[in-house]
Amino acid sequence: MKLAFQIAITQLLAKLSQTIVAMLGVTFGIGMFIGMISLMKGLNGFTDDLAMATTPHIRIYNDVKLERTPLLEEIFPNQMNLVHHQKPKNERKDLKNGFQIVNYIKNDPRVLGVSPQLSTQVFYNYGVVQLNGTISGVDILQEDKMFDLQGKIKAGGLQELIPPNDCILIGKGLAKKLNAKVGDRVTITTPQGYTMKLKVVGIFQMGIGAIDDIKSYANIATVQKIMQKDSRFITEVSVKMKNIKESGVVAKEYSKLFDYKAEDWETANATILVGKVFRDILTFAVSFTLLVVAGFGIYNILNMTIYNKMKDIAILKATGFTSGDVVRIFMVQSILIGLVGSVAGLLMGFGLASWLASIPVDFGDAFSLTRLPVSFDPTYYYIGVIFGITTTALAGYLPSRKAGKIDPIQILRG
Amino acid sequence: MKEVVLKADKLNKYFYEPTKFQVLKNISFEVKKGEFVSIVGKSGCGKSTLLYLLSTMDTDYEGTISMTGEKLTGKSKNDLAKFRNEHIGFVFQFHYLLPEFTVLQNVMIPALKLGKFSKKEIEEQALAKLALLGMEEHAHKLSSRLSGGQQQRVAIARALINNPTIIMGDEPTGNLDKKNTQNVFEILKNLSQTYHQTIIAVTHDTDFAQNSDRIIEMSDGEIINGESAK
Repeated sequence: MKLAFQIAITQLLAKLSQTIVAMLGVTFGIGMFIGMISLMKGLNGFTDDLAMATTPHIRIYNDVKLERTPLLEEIFPNQMNLVHHQKPKNERKDLKNGFQIVNYIKNDPRVLGVSPQLSTQVFYNYGVVQLNGTISGVDILQEDKMFDLQGKIKAGGLQELIPPNDCILIGKGLAKKLNAKVGDRVTITTPQGYTMKLKVVGIFQMGIGAIDDIKSYANIATVQKIMQKDSRFITEVSVKMKNIKESGVVAKEYSKLFDYKAEDWETANATILVGKVFRDILTFAVSFTLLVVAGFGIYNILNMTIYNKMKDIAILKATGFTSGDVVRIFMVQSILIGLVGSVAGLLMGFGLASWLASIPVDFGDAFSLTRLPVSFDPTYYYIGVIFGITTTALAGYLPSRKAGKIDPIQILRG
Repeated sequence: MKEVVLKADKLNKYFYEPTKFQVLKNISFEVKKGEFVSIVGKSGCGKSTLLYLLSTMDTDYEGTISMTGEKLTGKSKNDLAKFRNEHIGFVFQFHYLLPEFTVLQNVMIPALKLGKFSKKEIEEQALAKLALLGMEEHAHKLSSRLSGGQQQRVAIARALINNPTIIMGDEPTGNLDKKNTQNVFEILKNLSQTYHQTIIAVTHDTDFAQNSDRIIEMSDGEIINGESAK
């Protein structure tokens, strides 16, 4: 084995340029694989994060109930009744005992965070113009824990929202339209006609135009005041799970328990989910293709390398080397080429990913994106190395086994 | 009576491509220790084929071959490789050294494979063999840097490294000029006379054959002359 190793090394070093070309074949295959997958994963991850940025895993709210038994049926159940085009009853849209629900969910070990909130439509007044939008009253600390608001604050801060002051946190697009800066006051009007002045204490950017252009946050008490409701009034509870996959099951459970509609994010975002599945399929297809192409390249290079050594193989066999010895010599070479090539491929892949991650991009204000999003998930680096080494080992084994079996006389006779 | 080192008994061999053709017909002969045997004959008479049978590299034949009393016919390829490594030294027409290795490494490789001695001992032995052939000053050169005659001398040193029972040469001087032919022949002759090294060489060269101990002449797959020792 030691002799086979020495012969293998000497041959690799003697034909250094050929060895380097073979290694580069592996390096490029693995490097491109890692680079491309990093970018695809980065882009997919960004899209997913964007979708999940403001989406709670479970939303509990009081849905408008259309299907209710007509009163007539309750009074005269044994009679033939006919009610045309039934309208919903004027019910309160809040969650009765909403804070109890929050306290209950808070103690559920599967839950990462829970946040009570109430939202209403409002008009933001800017001179004579009225801008349509929404305002959410939230427990700002819980909201931050669940959606990392702090990271999305572009100016000001969210601390001033903790006490029930008349303060507001507005989206970047909205701030631009209102020409509002931190410290300015904006006037809002509810559809019911209540008007109030709120101080802008921060500007956030979620990266989604549809949110940044219309949404603002305030303390729960502030919004209750705007809506002229009591201090128990909340319209929905957002829940973030520790394991996102449990959302569906837990949502059903809550729905039964609280007798309110509990909607998990998958149901609420079915289209996004389908898009994610498609992107994952595409990523898999592309990575598979890249690996297959790289694998064939590696096989070709090693096949050529070994084919060029036929004469040497014949001499070794004539002087008493067995086919097993020949296989060992070329396996050592293949694995070394695979190992060094793969490690270089990792570096190349990392370099490529880093370069891609440094490319500035500008998608306008709609997305908070300044550089290409690139994933540095080590999983793909492991896959790259394992694939590189197994492929070279296999690509080396097949032709070297063939070479080991070759009849030296045929080669020596010329 | 000297001991018999090689015994071929009723060897028959066929080629099947393009049509079935008998290359060797009922060949039997013995070689004694220390003999310097030349196998001669016209091209296509089967002399190289015979040598490859004797070398154990070609196992597709009828009849039996024994060396140092050990029957080689029917052994596995791996066993034959081991036997070759220990008992047979090869010199080919086109030197066939490993070009990436130094002269010394080329000579050492078969001994390292055999693994009977330590690396240091093998190196000493290899240098001694090279000295015997006047090549010790080139020991650390790459083998591809040497001239044809020099390479052939290194190939002989490599053939000698495991002190083989038999040295087999397939046209060992076939690719050399007159001076180098003379030189290589002198070396082989010297090995035969001084060290009682058994040598079997296939050759076209009549001078070479005339000066060896015994000539086996072949024609159309049969031995027509020299079946037994002089």
